[in-house]
This record gives sequence, C-alpha cells and structure tokens, in this order.
Amino acid sequence: MFKALLSHDLPRSKLLALALAIAVLGLAFTPFIFPGTKALNVAAKIMVFIVLVASYDLLLGYTGIVSFAHTMFFGIGAYGVAIASTRMGPGWEAVALGLGGALLASLLLSLVIGLFSLRVKAIFFAMITLAVASAFMTLASQLSDFTGGEDGLSFKVPEALQPGTEYLEEPFLGASIDGRFLSYYLLFVATVALVLLMLRIVNSPFGRVLQAIRENDFRAEAIGYRSVVYRTLSNVLAALFACAAGALLALWLRYNGPDTSLAFELMLDILLIVVIGGMGTIYGAVIGSVLFVLAQSYLQDLMKLGADRLVDVPLLSQLISPDRWLLWLGLLFVLSVYHFPSGIVGRLRLRAMLHEPTTGRSRVGSTPPGGGGGPLPPPGGSVNKESS
Amino acid sequence: MTTRTLPTTPAQAAQSAEPVPQARFDKLPLLLLAGLMLAALPLIGSASSWATLTVAGLAMGLIIFIIASGLTLVFGLMDVLNFGHGVFIALGAFVATTVMGAMGAWTDNPSLLANLVAVGTACLAGMLAAAALGLVFERVMVRPVYGMHLKQILITMGGMIIGEELIKAVWGPQLIAMPLPEGLRGSLLFGDVAVEKFRLVAVVLGLLVFMALLLVLNRTKLGLLIRAGVQDREMVESLGYRIKRLFVGVFVGGSALAGLGGVMWGLYQQGVTPQIGGQVNTLIFIVIIIGGLGSTLGCFVGALAVGLMANYCGFLAPKVALFSNIALMVAVLLWRPQGLYPVTNR
Repeated sequence: MFKALLSHDLPRSKLLALALAIAVLGLAFTPFIFPGTKALNVAAKIMVFIVLVASYDLLLGYTGIVSFAHTMFFGIGAYGVAIASTRMGPGWEAVALGLGGALLASLLLSLVIGLFSLRVKAIFFAMITLAVASAFMTLASQLSDFTGGEDGLSFKVPEALQPGTEYLEEPFLGASIDGRFLSYYLLFVATVALVLLMLRIVNSPFGRVLQAIRENDFRAEAIGYRSVVYRTLSNVLAALFACAAGALLALWLRYNGPDTSLAFELMLDILLIVVIGGMGTIYGAVIGSVLFVLAQSYLQDLMKLGADRLVDVPLLSQLISPDRWLLWLGLLFVLSVYHFPSGIVGRLRLRAMLHEPTTGRSRVGSTPPGGGGGPLPPPGGSVNKESS
Repeated sequence: MTTRTLPTTPAQAAQSAEPVPQARFDKLPLLLLAGLMLAALPLIGSASSWATLTVAGLAMGLIIFIIASGLTLVFGLMDVLNFGHGVFIALGAFVATTVMGAMGAWTDNPSLLANLVAVGTACLAGMLAAAALGLVFERVMVRPVYGMHLKQILITMGGMIIGEELIKAVWGPQLIAMPLPEGLRGSLLFGDVAVEKFRLVAVVLGLLVFMALLLVLNRTKLGLLIRAGVQDREMVESLGYRIKRLFVGVFVGGSALAGLGGVMWGLYQQGVTPQIGGQVNTLIFIVIIIGGLGSTLGCFVGALAVGLMANYCGFLAPKVALFSNIALMVAVLLWRPQGLYPVTNR
C-alpha cells in the first residue's frame, strides 16, 4: 500500500526516510506544534515550494532541460485565482474558473514554447524562456487594470477559508479551528496529492523515457522515441504543476503581485533548491524546500543581528546585511553545482548504498532510477557508458 | 557552407591563379533591415521624425552590438554560453560613473574635446575593469565546466547573481545618475531632423568597433584562427594552435567590449542600476538568437534590427514596444530557425 503510494520509488536510505518522515509529520501537525502566524506562514510557503520545485525537478532533473520561465507559469496560476476572485467575487466557482483558465493558459503557452524551441538545443530553450519570462513580467506589471500592476491584487478567498470563519468556539489542542486552519489543510492535502502524482509520473514508463533522453537523447531517438515530443510533454507537465502551485500560493496569501510570484529571485530560489536537494529525485524537492525556506525565514534575522554587530566594519557589514542574502545564495549555488552536484538526496543514497554492499552492488548494475547519485548529465550523455 | 575545395587536378592547378571560391554572401538579412526601415517610413508619416528615430535606433542597435559581439564569439568559438555576461556590462557602467564623477572638471567643461576625453577615459576604465573581471570569471567560473552545457548555464547564472550583489555592496542598490557631459547634451539640427549628439557619438563608436572587429576577424592571423575555431575547433587544435589560450583572449576581449557597451548604455539611459546587467542580458540573448548563435555579422544585423524595432514601436505603439523584440525573434525564427546567419556546425 505504502509502496504503491510512493510508486515503488522508496527513499532507499534510512536517513533520508527519517528526514522525509520528520518533514511530512512536521508539516502535518504545524498548527498544533508551533502556534503562531509566522510558523504557519512558513509551513505554507514550504508546501508551495515543494510543489513548485518538484515540478521544476521534472524538467531539470528528469529531462535535463533548463528553463527560466518556470516562475511565469507559477505566476499564471497565482494570477488566475487572483483575477477570477477579484472579478467574480469570492467563491469556489471563482477559484475553479481561475485555476482552470490558468491551467489552460499554461498548457497552451508551454506547448507553444516547447514545440518552438525544444527542437534545437537546451541552451536555446534556456535563452528563449529567459526572454519570454521577462516579457511576461513586464506584461503583468503593465496591464494594471487587469493585474493590479506593481501593487498586485488583494482579494477574498471563499468564505470557508476566510480567517474570520470559526468552526469551533474553543481552540482544539492549542490550534484555533478557523478558515486559516482549513486553508492550511487544503494546502497540505493538495501538496501531498500533487507530489505523489509527480512521483507516479517520473516512475512511469514515460518518466523512464524522459531520463533516457536526459542521459543520451541521440540514443533515445534511435530506440524510437521522438525526443521533441517527450521534451515538450515534460515541459507542459511541469508548467501545469507549477501553475497549480501558484494557485495554492494565491489561495494562502489572499494576495498576488509581480514580486510574490514572478520575481527572478524566485527562479533562483527554485534552481538552488533543486540543486541542493538533489536533481532527478522528487524527494530532493521536499528536503530542499524545507531546509531552504526555514533558512530563508530565520537566517535573515541572524544576518541582521550580525550586521548590527559589525556596523563599524565598512565592507563586511555591507556584505552580511540581510539585503545581501542573495549574494550568499549565489555563492552557495555555485559551490553546490561544483562540489555537490547530486545534492542531499543523492549523497544520502550514495552513503546508504556504500553501507549495504550486497544490495548496493546489485543496484549499481541496474543504475538506480531517478539518477540517484548521478552527477549532472554531460551533453554527450556518457554517465552510464560503463553500465551499458 | 557552400565552400568546397575540390581535389586538385592538373587542370585546376593551372587555374590556381584564380581566386579561392568564396561562399556566396547572403544579402537577404541586410535587405530585411533596409525593408524594416522603409516600411516604417509610411507608418510614421513625417520624414524628419523617421530620420530621428532611425538614428536613435541605429545608436541603440550599435550599443547592443558592442555588448553582444563578445558573447556570440565566445559561444561560437568554445560552445560556452555565458549567462553572466550582464555582470561585465554593469561593472563597466558603474566604474564609469565613478570615473566621470571624479573627472567633474572635465565633464562640466563646455569644450567638446575635454568632454570626449572624459568619456574616453571612462570607457577605457570600464573596459579595463570588465576585462579584468572577465579574466577571473573565465578562470574561476567557466573553465571547470567546459563542455557541460547544463552546468554552464547554472554556474554562469550564479556568477551573474554574485557579481550583481557585489556591485550592490560596493555602489549601493539605488540608481546612480550618469549625466551626459556638457558638450554632448542637446541635439544637432540637420534641416528639421533633430539628432541627439550623444547618439551620433554612439553610432560612430559602434561603427568603429564593428570595423575593427571585421578587420581583426578577416585580415589578421588571429582572426583567421578565431574564425577557423568557430568552424571546427578540433581541427585548429590538431594543427598545433592552443585554442584554449585563444579562447581566454576572446573571452577577455568580449568582456572588455561588454564593459564598453555598458558605459555607452549607461550614458544612453543617463543612469545605471545594478539590475542593468540582467535587463540588457535578455536583450542581447534575443539579438544573438536572431543573428544565429556564433555569427558576428548576424549579431550585427540582429542588433540593428532590435534597436530600430524598439524605437519605431516606441513611437508608434508604446505598449507594443515591450514585446516588439520577442515578436521580431519569433518572426525571424519562423523564417530561419537557426537565426539569420546560421553557423554551420552548430
């Protein structure tokens, strides 16, 4: 049962399994364990990031495509819900219609971009998505009648999810059972369902073809898989999941603007989480998102503290002020691409494999699915040369 | 390409005095450029505003070309796409603000010569700074990931972020004004055509860079090696040339050009923000995609087309102007999926 839920793609490392269990349980009981708005907000952000990053992993980790337009689809989802809710008034129909419209828009847009630019080469796709995403961001901030421009849109969610709606008079086990509580669990259920669905996709025969294309697209094509078609499908799927993540974000924040869902920093965060968590392992998105969002939410306070201490040292205080958070992020990103390409999950799996030599050997032969500890695939795709 | 060297037969040996067969020059993209200019004339209506816009477009296009030429050469020669190219632009521009701030006496001087000296010094300083950064960037960021596209994209993107943040740490995150020197402000009137003086400077400088690049690429041994490297890297290597060293040179040169372009772009916008690199980056990507990855001439035509298009659209339909570049790119790619001047082996 459990195995089937995880699509037979088990963590394959005791430490990883433990970390995942802690993450899932922690998220499931956040309203009870950590009361307070900030903790709840951080947990909700973690869940949105899990879906978003896992969908990007589908693209970067499993198919080996770099896209810079992932936040665009995220933004489309968020704007879909936001715009529909402002126009039609709060209600489930508005959410459904907004999400449906956003999904359709993402589908068409990703299909066009994919068919248009995925036939050439990865680098081409990266550049085109960068251009399209920046154009979309300008569009979103220019069409202020529609999207609220730079100010964004604040809107009301369906009544059942509004914070004013009380379900129980008394707090239950320290958590007040209100609309926020319900929204949180809506988010939780949606996140679990979407992540399991993505696990299903990457472990299906379709997912295997994607990995084959990542490793060696020439060979995959020779076996008879049209790599353009598979790449485009992967792009479309990733876009749809990102769009759903955007809708979840909008529902939680009851607000959407260009900075919350379209900013380029967000794209960088996604890239960093995928790399740190471990590419080509959906679990990497879970672990990475938890660590990253926690660090982002609480480390910045620490940096502020440090900067206040060092206020007399001219350049250093500049460097560790919380505004320079991105600098350290960038450094961490570069260093992890160099020295840590398989990410946390890859490392843990490798460790587990080395510790259990008997099972380990049998797995080396069959190349663990999901690229386990595999480094970034070089363009020539020679990672698995010796095993074939 | 259509160039083919046939096996030498006696008959041909006799004809060897004849010039080497040349690839037929592809004029269509140049005609496209001319067509774009002509098509805009009736749309705009007045000839004088058309001329003003055209000069503005050419100036913008040439500045973009200065920036993009290095990127496209680096890609063509070594198959390295540098997503961090924007850092060099930003660094050049910021160094120039400092230099021009320090040379206040020269920039406020009404004499044109003194102003040009100030701008020239700023350009030189920007180029030097960008070149130095390019040397470091190549060594630290790019060299370890040769031949790995995916990592290249990620690493250079990370380098771009780090560079941008360091610039913010040094110069501060806000916009720094970069006023034009006294003598370069205002416009010259030719009949009723008003041409801003600085745009003329930009056009002249851009053309100079273009000519210099053409000269170096087509008339020197260095250029021959670079062009040969773009065509077939391994062959050049096997003939005993150290293409890696050549590549470092091209990378540093390209960075210096980006720095120069950054100074010009800052003066063109009359202010610089740390985000300038990212903004111009998308523009130059569009340009080199339009031109064909790795092609210098294509980059030139693409840059001019983008500059002209942006200015015409800005005049005719300001809202559309934001997307004119994307539209242009889509149109060009539908016509020639590999860009205007595709490089054969890519």
